[in-house]
Amino acid sequence: MFEVIEKEQFSPKVSKLIVNAPMIARSRRAGHFVIVRVGGGGERIPLTIADADPEQGTITLVVQNVGVSTEKICALNAGDSFTDVVGPLGQATTIPSGKTVVCCGGGVGVAPLLPIIKAMKTAGNKVISVLAARTKELIILENQVREHSDEVIIMTDDGSYGRKGLVTEGVEEVIKREKVDEVVTIGPAIMMKFVALLTKKYDIPTQCSLNTIMVDGTGMCGACRVTVDGKTKFVCIDGPEFDAHKVDFDEMIMRLKSYN
Amino acid sequence: MAETSQLAPRDAAWRDELRKAINAKERGAIPRVKMPELDPAYRVTCNEEVNQGLTMEQAQLEATRCLDCPKPTCMEGCPVSIDIPGFVKNIQRGDIAMAARVLKATSALPAVCGRVCPQEKQCESRCIYHKMKKEPVAIGYLERFASDYANEHDDEMAAGTAAPEKRGVKVAVVGSGPAGLSFAGDMIKRGYDVTVFEALHEIGGVLKYGIPEFRLPNSVVEKEIDSLRSQGVEFVKDCIIGKTLSMEQLEADGYKAVFVASGAGLPRFMGIPGENLIGIMSSNEYLTRINLMGAGQPGCDTPVLEGKSVAVIGGGNTAMDSVRTARRHGASRAMIIYRRSLEEMPARVEEVHHAQQEGVEFMTLYNPIEYIGDDKGHVKMVRLQHMQLGEPDESGRRSPVPIPGDILEVEVDEVIVSVGVSPNPLIPNAVHGLDVSRRGTIVVNDETMQSSIPTLYAGGDIVRGGATVILAMGDGRRAALAAHKALSAQS
Repeated sequence: MFEVIEKEQFSPKVSKLIVNAPMIARSRRAGHFVIVRVGGGGERIPLTIADADPEQGTITLVVQNVGVSTEKICALNAGDSFTDVVGPLGQATTIPSGKTVVCCGGGVGVAPLLPIIKAMKTAGNKVISVLAARTKELIILENQVREHSDEVIIMTDDGSYGRKGLVTEGVEEVIKREKVDEVVTIGPAIMMKFVALLTKKYDIPTQCSLNTIMVDGTGMCGACRVTVDGKTKFVCIDGPEFDAHKVDFDEMIMRLKSYN
Repeated sequence: MAETSQLAPRDAAWRDELRKAINAKERGAIPRVKMPELDPAYRVTCNEEVNQGLTMEQAQLEATRCLDCPKPTCMEGCPVSIDIPGFVKNIQRGDIAMAARVLKATSALPAVCGRVCPQEKQCESRCIYHKMKKEPVAIGYLERFASDYANEHDDEMAAGTAAPEKRGVKVAVVGSGPAGLSFAGDMIKRGYDVTVFEALHEIGGVLKYGIPEFRLPNSVVEKEIDSLRSQGVEFVKDCIIGKTLSMEQLEADGYKAVFVASGAGLPRFMGIPGENLIGIMSSNEYLTRINLMGAGQPGCDTPVLEGKSVAVIGGGNTAMDSVRTARRHGASRAMIIYRRSLEEMPARVEEVHHAQQEGVEFMTLYNPIEYIGDDKGHVKMVRLQHMQLGEPDESGRRSPVPIPGDILEVEVDEVIVSVGVSPNPLIPNAVHGLDVSRRGTIVVNDETMQSSIPTLYAGGDIVRGGATVILAMGDGRRAALAAHKALSAQS
């Protein structure tokens, strides 16, 4: 039922899958995620929807192979099927209009960022995208991001592509240059933490999208809980997007290691 | 739908004979049957069902104890009004298939109820024997006996059941737990086309993810679901109403009524320092990992922490399920930490007893106030406030008050928080114009289970906040009756 229609290998560890899921494709909006499962004994894994085609009835997922379950997902080829795909879950992104927005993504975080970039552009915002990765091969979806951005800044740790440096350097450059109304950041927790620290300094509202450990994804288990503004929140139903200035990233980073 | 009195009328000749065969005094002299149980030392090494079920001889003898009262008060104690003497007397005369049919006429899940219902607070609490200072008839054990027999004798059960005439009217059920299945069972018997939408990848709701195998084997739940499926109930997994499909889409697809039984969603935490440390989780998370996801079994990818010193916070059935599960997953020390005394504990007596047999420590009159972690953020200690019982609160239970300065520190490497749940907000948030209480439960008419939206009915934990399997099933039954009345008035 949830058949993989098309697969593209972005890098040895990162795959893009276009999956047949008509009901989800119809109802999903930017910011939503799905829970997927491969095989009868498979784990339930949350993945943000990178794109959707309601007419074709497909959703796009971008997955980085980092463990047992993501390895199973990345091993799926066109013609194979997911055992389960359920969603769309979480709250959709709030999209402003007529603002200058910096969208910064790190690694596979660019995939869930793409629908937000699109929605931001469609709503009439000026969109400046900052893409970052360790090295050139790990920069993904650059063309699609360019298509929907007014400007794209690429940062690599090793300087193999774009400019050498961290994502925060790219973002700060924009902030110093022009008035930025809002920042959206998606990527590794540590990256989002430093983006949040930077934008707090400049007092710019910042949204982050969290990818925590989940089981059911519908609010039932509480595995995904994070502290936001001193209160416990569930990423699956209260999020996945939160005010980055209020998220306790250190606790989140600690909890991500629960099963390491 | 067949009336139960037609299936096993009290004035039938065979029942009259049974009543005359033995006098009340002799019946009352028979001791109540003891449920055969697995040995505690063995059962903590595995997941096998603790209660082994009665033999035919045991069941018939226990059924003989029932006085077949003219006004059976036991039935008043049953939220789904099972014809209790009707099925019990059929067991006594050896027609177990008929006994099961009587059960199935009012309960979609008798094999489940026979295992998890708190009979001691319901039917059995109203048994006439209490007035005679004797132990009540073991109605729950007998219910389980007849339903298990039915599940093992499909052919015998299939004979004599006629499919109802189809009405060509579609109804939808949100959630496949006890309330949803009960509604589905009643509506399919009335000839409706019933589709059950389930958010998870398995059908059964709390019966699957919550209640452990050693108390309610999944095979028993599967049998009951298969029975509904064979009657024509459609099940759709991986579909969240309000997310995957909207209520408007259901209406556009021709569903004339919707029963929302989406269950208790959010686990409650206590909001005390250190509660988000690694190793502290809700009972929902712990039990879901093990029961639904199969954590710890070969071929299952989902991990679960297996602590050696496990504290379970709370005194309900879910707390007992969690602590007994912990014993089976390698905990050498498994503790219940409960802020009142054993007497106020809401868990079933049988569960407390089984837990004690399995070596669970009961630390009553203690309340956690803080968790302390190691340098990697793993919980290593819980600080407990010693309590004493004060005046009764609005629930009638004496409320616990701290004894100043009396703090106990206990080393733990896993903590399971089982202090209740809040209703799942998915549906309340997704339906416009739905009347929702401040607690987040859907507001319904107590009799009809109808919400502020006339075609939307609701029951189970999404209405009650937290209740038992059988109360949820009672809601499903009442909603089905009301929906049927409303729908037949339209046509």
